[in-house]
Amino acid sequence: MAKYLLLKHYRGAPAPVNNIPMDKWTPEEISAHIQYMNDFAARLEKTGEFVDGQALAPEGQWVRYDGEGRPPVTDGPFAETKDLIAGWMIIDVDSHERAVELAGELSAAPGAGGRPIHEWLEVRPFLAAPPTIPECAIHG
Amino acid sequence: MDEAQLRSLTPGVLAVLVRRGADFAAAEDAVQDALVEAVHSWPADPPRDAKGWLVTVAWRKFLDAARADTARRRREDRVDDEPPPGPTPSADDTLQLYFLCAHPSLTPSSAVALTLRAVGGLTTRQIAQAYLVPEATMAQRISRAKRTVSGVRLDRPGDVATVLRVLYLVFNEGYSGDIDLAAEAIRLTRQLAAAIDHPEAAGLLALMLLHHARRAARTAPDGSLVPLAEQDRGRWDTASIAEGIEILQAALARDRLGEFQAQAAIAALHADAPTAEETDWVQIVEWYDELTRLTDNPVVRLNRAVAVGEADGAQAGLAALAELDDSLPRHTAVAAHLHERAGDRPTAARLYAEAARKAPNLAERDHLTRQAARLNAYQ
Repeated sequence: MAKYLLLKHYRGAPAPVNNIPMDKWTPEEISAHIQYMNDFAARLEKTGEFVDGQALAPEGQWVRYDGEGRPPVTDGPFAETKDLIAGWMIIDVDSHERAVELAGELSAAPGAGGRPIHEWLEVRPFLAAPPTIPECAIHG
Repeated sequence: MDEAQLRSLTPGVLAVLVRRGADFAAAEDAVQDALVEAVHSWPADPPRDAKGWLVTVAWRKFLDAARADTARRRREDRVDDEPPPGPTPSADDTLQLYFLCAHPSLTPSSAVALTLRAVGGLTTRQIAQAYLVPEATMAQRISRAKRTVSGVRLDRPGDVATVLRVLYLVFNEGYSGDIDLAAEAIRLTRQLAAAIDHPEAAGLLALMLLHHARRAARTAPDGSLVPLAEQDRGRWDTASIAEGIEILQAALARDRLGEFQAQAAIAALHADAPTAEETDWVQIVEWYDELTRLTDNPVVRLNRAVAVGEADGAQAGLAALAELDDSLPRHTAVAAHLHERAGDRPTAARLYAEAARKAPNLAERDHLTRQAARLNAYQ
């Protein structure tokens, strides 16, 4: 019972095996890809492991505080930003192994030629609440 | 009757339906529906016999659902309106429900969800909120769990250890949302300990009560973690401690020691100390030795090193730690603590910062970062 974030990148992840950009696929291949993602989420809902899934637009701005009474400063987007997150799925699973297994399945979504993309996904554990019975004597 | 009292009737009512021949999954749904109706109608019109009311309403709901189901499948098989007379359900029936909901064929998260619903009487929505997942996800988790155990016969006792493990997991989840899972776990463990004569069920109940007693003192008003040595012991719940110790002593007297009794004994020694300095660390080390014999758990060895550091000095603690695999979770945090006790602040500060980066939860990470910052302020 731990939550994991599966992160999908527009850029910044290592190159996938089937590395043909989406705009070079056939419309049917794109539909098959989207269908795979939807089916994956639906299947996780059925197994009781789905928490959330969202896609992000590639555009984004940097924002920071600029002092009392002043509007925040905005800047960007910066072309040199290395990591560009495309979306995520949050899962709630019994083990780290299960999280890795599911990320592997998600990475097998079909791309050009109907072959799996083998896209790299990042698996990040959530920081949970501390257990009621402390696991470490120094915290008691 | 408050909600907890209402929910305490759940397993008994469910057992009646199952004894009358309803299958577990359908009976469980019917009991849930009856509980929802009770919450709505009882405040205005409380029944004289609460359990009898629930049985009647749940049985009617079960029949309605069975008929609708039969109609849908265009089958001729019928369910009798008149319930067959069966033996009166007893504590054993409640016990069988615990075994079923913690059946080894279930994953831990499924067993937890099913136990909270079928034995605890919580709604799917409440369980989903407590575990911060969508209600639809939790509904699927529960119905999947019910399908998994649908073929299991309720005629043989199960393994108490698996039930205790599930209740321990519920307790450890603590508090989030409207439902206090720690309090719920105590309620369910208390019910179990009353239904079964088992020292480890008593041991787990004692362990929960002793830890629950410290809850108010464990966090500062800003939510940060207060370590045991710095807790305001005046804020510990003395009634809960007294009850935990009494239950533990009765269990220990049975001379069938188990993991939970040993853990509770350690918690009791902490609870017994009027100040942190007066803690009987020598006895605590002995209990950790006992625990190591019972379960060869690396977490136990790690905590034993902390206790050795208190009983025999920091150098002895560091020597005990040196025998353990340094990739263990919290190994670095313990090393930092022992180095500080040994007077080596720079090393402790560096290790606290490193431990913070590896902390498994936010409260511990913040605590360890503060420890590093505190020591760095000296330099």
